[in-house]
Amino acid sequence: MAAQKMTLAKGINAGLRAAMEADPKVLLMGEDVGKLGGVFRITEGLQKDFGEDRVVDTPLAESGIVGTAIGLAMRGYRPVVEIQFDGFIYPAFDQIVSQLAKMHARSRGALRLPIVIRVPFGGGIGAVEHHSESNEAYFAHTAGLRVVACSDPADAYWMIQQAISSDDPVMFYEPKRRYHERAEVDLDPQSGSRLGLHDARVVRDGTQLTLLAYGPTVKTCLQVADAAAQEGISLQVVDLRSLSPLDTETIDRAVKSTGRAIVVHEASTFLGLGSEIAAHIQQECFHHLEAPVLRVGGYNIPYPPSRFEEEFLPGLDRILEAVDRSLAY
Amino acid sequence: MPDVAVHHETVVPQAQQDITDGGPDMVQFVDGEGTRLERTPANTPYADIVEALTPEDGRSMYRDLVLVRRLDAEGHALQRQGELGLWPSLLGQEAAQVGAGRAMRSQDFAFPGYREHGVAWCRGIEPEQLLALFRGVDNGGWSPSELNYHLYTIVIGNQMLHATGYAMGMQRDGVVGTGDEERDAAVMAFTGDGGTAQGDFNESLVFAGVANAPLVIFVQNNQWAISEPNYKQFRVPPYQRAQGFGFPGIRVDGNDVLAVYAVTKAALDNARSGQGPTLIEAFTYRLGAHTTSDDPTKYRSAAEVDIWREKDPIKRMRGFLSQKGYADDAFYASVDREADELAVRVRTACQNMPEPSQERMFDEIYVDPHPVVEREKAQFLEYQAGFETEGAR
Repeated sequence: MAAQKMTLAKGINAGLRAAMEADPKVLLMGEDVGKLGGVFRITEGLQKDFGEDRVVDTPLAESGIVGTAIGLAMRGYRPVVEIQFDGFIYPAFDQIVSQLAKMHARSRGALRLPIVIRVPFGGGIGAVEHHSESNEAYFAHTAGLRVVACSDPADAYWMIQQAISSDDPVMFYEPKRRYHERAEVDLDPQSGSRLGLHDARVVRDGTQLTLLAYGPTVKTCLQVADAAAQEGISLQVVDLRSLSPLDTETIDRAVKSTGRAIVVHEASTFLGLGSEIAAHIQQECFHHLEAPVLRVGGYNIPYPPSRFEEEFLPGLDRILEAVDRSLAY
Repeated sequence: MPDVAVHHETVVPQAQQDITDGGPDMVQFVDGEGTRLERTPANTPYADIVEALTPEDGRSMYRDLVLVRRLDAEGHALQRQGELGLWPSLLGQEAAQVGAGRAMRSQDFAFPGYREHGVAWCRGIEPEQLLALFRGVDNGGWSPSELNYHLYTIVIGNQMLHATGYAMGMQRDGVVGTGDEERDAAVMAFTGDGGTAQGDFNESLVFAGVANAPLVIFVQNNQWAISEPNYKQFRVPPYQRAQGFGFPGIRVDGNDVLAVYAVTKAALDNARSGQGPTLIEAFTYRLGAHTTSDDPTKYRSAAEVDIWREKDPIKRMRGFLSQKGYADDAFYASVDREADELAVRVRTACQNMPEPSQERMFDEIYVDPHPVVEREKAQFLEYQAGFETEGAR
């Protein structure tokens, strides 16, 4: 199989298809995932090819979707659940944190729940409220769950397959405002070495400061690095990919190489992932730091009406301003 | 402005219902004294199932009722003696649980709440295994897939959806409606009357109805959700709600083990043969506290409890066996002796339960290694080892 240029949405779709072909126990579940192909068309064409028992249009009830997926997983299936929008996951929160995360431990290892919960997340698409949230910290805070975020088509294609083959429950965050970004995806399973599901990666090398990002802000940080380069500033960009567990080795190596770090995410900064990452860097890289670790993220307010989202989201200017502050030390 | 006519069905509000009387819809085979009742419109569909039972079946059910009650009494006593952190008593609900548990086949799967000690007994869970959770040495106590009995679920109603999903999995596995008695399987989901108010309960009915899943939803209506009476939980009784979800609901006398057995067997047979879900409301009463943590004298009258004490499921079954000449005093005495032995066994097992190793709290959180958990476990062990070294000096 040759490399193909495709969007991130198509990358996930192709990854789901590959996983369903490889294992008849893989099921897709969610609202509108069948004929419609999901509101973002991520599951487009899959019900036609795999049938209604494997691409299951569910009642509109998020707790029911996740709760029945748990029962199906106990019976040996590998459900991939679609939550339509980030802000709709809360009815399922109880099933996810009380049951999905804890069943393996409660049963002292007797039960495995290989469930993937796909969550389109983040803002920047001009949506109404409850459609633009970044709630990954809630789940990263809960032991028993793994939380990952893809940022580009090639990664999405492989990560979704790795998430499905994991025997642990995985919260799979998809940056919805990047769904239509296109890139080359190498579909050949034999080619080259591939990152593990929980590896972070340096997506751009630089010497003066490390930007740490995931999901939609990876591209934003690459744009920041381009802009900074024009001013002669060399920025390194790390795509964290996995939020729980964090690949702290890659983080530490990157930050020690530049001596400066800024964490960028869309979620509110107060108790967001950036807090944990900044605390970790402070503990482990203290003697290498030239400046305090900074965070650029959403403000500590509910996601605002979309007319304000340009100001709310960490954009080029806010990140560049933080870069200047860091370099001033 | 025109008059707005609001049409109400003739629903009797729960607050005005007599919680000591299940009404004419309730399936019942034996009255409070153990006298076998005539056929009624409600019990006729199940009469053949009861009539097919042998005297030995009856004695065996009685034995289960007595042993389960004794196990429960021992659990309560162990909590009072400080051996258990908590005990949710099933006192009064023995017939509901034994009747339901005995109707299941080995290939069926049960999802309990946390009070279903009688169902656990019928599934073959060792009584001492029920104590681990309440003694605080484990979050479970048994392997769910060994005897097709899921772990107790503490968050009210969560298990209803797991049961529904598991039943949907059985459909996909082709173990429903094949006509092969050894193969066809169904799921039972257990909750209480308080659980029927939860979203998960109602979502499980939606999903089970839509999927026509092989599921029997078994509501033990014991009239109280901790301190709250039923009229704070629902406007219509649980069995009447099933129709709105597209499948039958049945109210059965939960203190009549024969009736519960028959109704549950019929519902499970239907589910296994592909005819979809049934909701059973076992109309019963919790004679004790919700758990050892609450005090029922604060919220309900002694007179009400006395009325229900008269409906005792064990007294009733004993009356039935005696009236029919199926059992004699020697039999009852032998069951009582067995109960005494069980109590000693449970108490001894509880007191001798090994303490788990401290580092076990870090185990089996994830299937694949998770660096944060591994790092913290290593730090914990190193910290603990520091104390041991100090002590050795």
